Amino acid sequence: MSAPAKTNRLGLTREDYKGSPSTLCPGCGHDAITNHLQAAAFEYGLEPQRMIKLSGIGCSSKTTNYFMNLSHGFNSVHGRMPSIATGAMLANGELMAVGVSGDGDTASIGIGQFIHLVRRNVKIVYVIENNGVYGLTKGQFSATADVGSKAKSGVANELFPLDCCALAIELGCGFVARSFSGDGKQLIPLIKGALSHRGTAIIDVISPCVTFNNHDGSTKSYPFVKEHDEPIHEVGFVPFYEEIRVDFEPGMTKDVPLPDGSRVTLRKLERDYDPTDRMEALRLIHESREAGELLTGLLHIDTTRPSFNERLDLDDSAPLSCMPQEKLRPSRAALDEIMRALM
Amino acid sequence: MTLIQEHQAQTAVQAVVNDFSIQVATVNGSGSQSANNILMRSIFRMGIPVSGKNLFPSNIAGLPTWFTIRANARGYIARKKESDVLVCLNPNTVAEDIREVRPGAAIVYRDEFEGLIARRSDCHFYPVPLEKLVSAVCADSKLKKLVVNMVYVGVLAELLSIDMQTVEQETRKMFGRKAKALEMNLAAVHQGADWAKEGIAKTDPFRLQRMDKTAGKIIIDGNAASALGSIFGGCSVVTWYPITPSSSLAESLTDYAKKYRVDPKTGKACIAIVQAEDEIAAIGMALGAGWGGARSMTCTSGPGISLMGEFAGLSYFADVPTVVFDVQRIGPSTGLPTRTAQGDLLQVAFLSHGDTQHIMLFPGSVEECFALAVEAFDLAERFQTIIFVMSDLDLGMNNWMADPFAYPEKPFDRGKVLSPEDLDRLQGKWERYRDVDGDGIGWRTIPGTEHKAAGYFTRGSGHNERAVYTEKPQDYLNLMGRLKRKYESAQKALPKPVVSESAGARVGLVAFGSTHWALVEARDQLAREAGLETSYLRLRAYPFDPSVREFVAKHDRVYVVEQNRDGQMAQLLRLECPEHAARIRSVLHYNGLPVDARSVTSGILGQEKE
Repeated sequence: MSAPAKTNRLGLTREDYKGSPSTLCPGCGHDAITNHLQAAAFEYGLEPQRMIKLSGIGCSSKTTNYFMNLSHGFNSVHGRMPSIATGAMLANGELMAVGVSGDGDTASIGIGQFIHLVRRNVKIVYVIENNGVYGLTKGQFSATADVGSKAKSGVANELFPLDCCALAIELGCGFVARSFSGDGKQLIPLIKGALSHRGTAIIDVISPCVTFNNHDGSTKSYPFVKEHDEPIHEVGFVPFYEEIRVDFEPGMTKDVPLPDGSRVTLRKLERDYDPTDRMEALRLIHESREAGELLTGLLHIDTTRPSFNERLDLDDSAPLSCMPQEKLRPSRAALDEIMRALM
Repeated sequence: MTLIQEHQAQTAVQAVVNDFSIQVATVNGSGSQSANNILMRSIFRMGIPVSGKNLFPSNIAGLPTWFTIRANARGYIARKKESDVLVCLNPNTVAEDIREVRPGAAIVYRDEFEGLIARRSDCHFYPVPLEKLVSAVCADSKLKKLVVNMVYVGVLAELLSIDMQTVEQETRKMFGRKAKALEMNLAAVHQGADWAKEGIAKTDPFRLQRMDKTAGKIIIDGNAASALGSIFGGCSVVTWYPITPSSSLAESLTDYAKKYRVDPKTGKACIAIVQAEDEIAAIGMALGAGWGGARSMTCTSGPGISLMGEFAGLSYFADVPTVVFDVQRIGPSTGLPTRTAQGDLLQVAFLSHGDTQHIMLFPGSVEECFALAVEAFDLAERFQTIIFVMSDLDLGMNNWMADPFAYPEKPFDRGKVLSPEDLDRLQGKWERYRDVDGDGIGWRTIPGTEHKAAGYFTRGSGHNERAVYTEKPQDYLNLMGRLKRKYESAQKALPKPVVSESAGARVGLVAFGSTHWALVEARDQLAREAGLETSYLRLRAYPFDPSVREFVAKHDRVYVVEQNRDGQMAQLLRLECPEHAARIRSVLHYNGLPVDARSVTSGILGQEKE
């Protein structure tokens, strides 16, 4: 891919996608993800006014403030971002929603809302910044910590980890990816692909915590993740507004069309993997865990399920948020009719 | 003159006309609801003021349930403490039902219960061969259990002089779409009535007589009224989780929305209704939608309110609008889920951690369930906060006679929202939480507003006027000061209390919500029976209007009548006017039954005598 142009298709510069300065620890994986989100939004040419950023509570949830200050943002309560996102998208389904959450915010306190968000297929890019610990409260294990992974104190986690990707696939999610905060080359096209998805897109990003989970014995430290990260394929993205033809080597690259006309391209590496096969995706996740591998890439895609808003069959003349009174208040005759029926 | 004729002549003199209550003791799930509604509506159709209350257990089938119908010429529609006419259909409660009935009551019972009851000499007993009568019109044993209810409707129609044509008309209305069911139910009514002509020698004094006090009136439950208020109030996002007694509000809303909130041309919905996975998600979605510019709401009851606590604080602290209907039931914990109460006041007034204060509205009638629902959506957007509409099970789930609802004339008040044009005019310079107008309310933008300066960041953590994170002591003080000012501004804009003064009265009464109806009647009892003139103030909103303090100051003793143990509204009043705290007394009714006038009257007189 060529170097990013100074302005994007909307004439906006990278600066227009910036947020407030981060207050996270220097070297935090989350800050890298923030940069990748900005880059993806800039390159995609996302209108900041059409975007909403949503988060819960935790280090990761703070980051919605660190990108795209021109957009509306909502840093809500712990584990409940999915409900805020659902409501906001009901109010205006024409918006693009990006939710940022952590492994505690999603897999522990927020697991119920996460599950129901995915079940409903609310249109949102849901990024889990997954480091296996609670950072803001100083290093307690989260529900995604691997069995045997050691805390800073040396204590090993004994409980089985919760795999948000496997769970999302189980719940019918149509866009499920795993990535690494240090791999922008992979993460940026995944984010763009997710933005073009019609429903919930889950990206579980392993994002090491430099302060509380970057030691020997941790399976979410930078050295461990770098060593074990194994991309399933090389991910690329072609936006709907670009006519560029990619020259595919036959049998080497899968071209996955997205509902808005964009395409995700997946270039074959070691294995022959078909992300449209749900059962294969689940098998791959389980097998790789047994083998101690960290497989990254687009684990599953299925663009056929309608989004929650589509299912509700809402009037599309205007979003509910700006529907005129004539549409929201029935007529006097309607009230008369109702009253007569009650007499 | 024969003895019977003599007796009839006597009872005719002492007849009690259009002033009694009927209690039908039955078993949950036995299908008596339709029969009872036909009874109630027939009385209503005869022009007699009426109310119907279902006193039911938390159970789908099998446990005892009572339906009470009160007819009252003077328009008293609160529950009457004692029943005058008892219909016994439940063998498990028949002995107790009969023991508890007032002297002089008429008791209609299935003749097979004869062995279960002790006949009292001070009541009128009418055994009815219901089984035999229903068997004559219905052979199917399953169906018989339902149809038998219409037989007692026929018996009562004859016994109490309910107009048979009216009963037929209401039966048609109920079963009209199913020809076979209609035919069978009509036959059952006639079977009951015809039998009663011969089989009952009436000795009791109770009868109904046509009058003209219900012309043009409607009958509706409060939840349906709140649902209609939401529909006409422009609510566009409804997120809810099933909980008794609020579920029927959302279900009713869903039904009305199907007809009245779809675009006639495209058939597409102009409202989103979502059943959430729990109350936390329900309020979260409502707040997300409110933040996103929709007029949003959820409805729940006490346990749901408890779960919504954290989000209520976020709404308060970050100025996010929504409307919450709290249809109160008995707590704490699961409590008595199908019994009425007004016990959530303190919890809601200060819901959430830290310094929070919320706005509550108290509809006192089904008309107000409608009108205050309409108003709640304006208030939520005007004050950019959560508005609680405090209903209760009695108001929400029972049938109330009312005037047809007035069409809301006032256009929506969408509050302080900046458009792209506004932002241009301001040259993009605005601050989300700056109190530019001195009323504590900042200007907001709706996500999706097409302007480069529209975006801002909403957070539940400390924020300054520019919505930027801060932990500076002065910034926090500024924010809390502004929220206090906003609350004071809201106080001036809320519905005023309704005051009915008696000249020179030294005793003041305060009530709200469904308690109103018992209070109106109790006031008359106090004046008529004890010569005690009272003034009455009905609260419609919290924080209180300044006139509430004046009312308290004006009276030597102020009785706050409410349906909870701890006198929660009295406590709020004492906080409001501590200098008058000693004048404020409580009359409490919290056994799960809707409050009745007699309990209020004796509660007040008991304290007056002290």
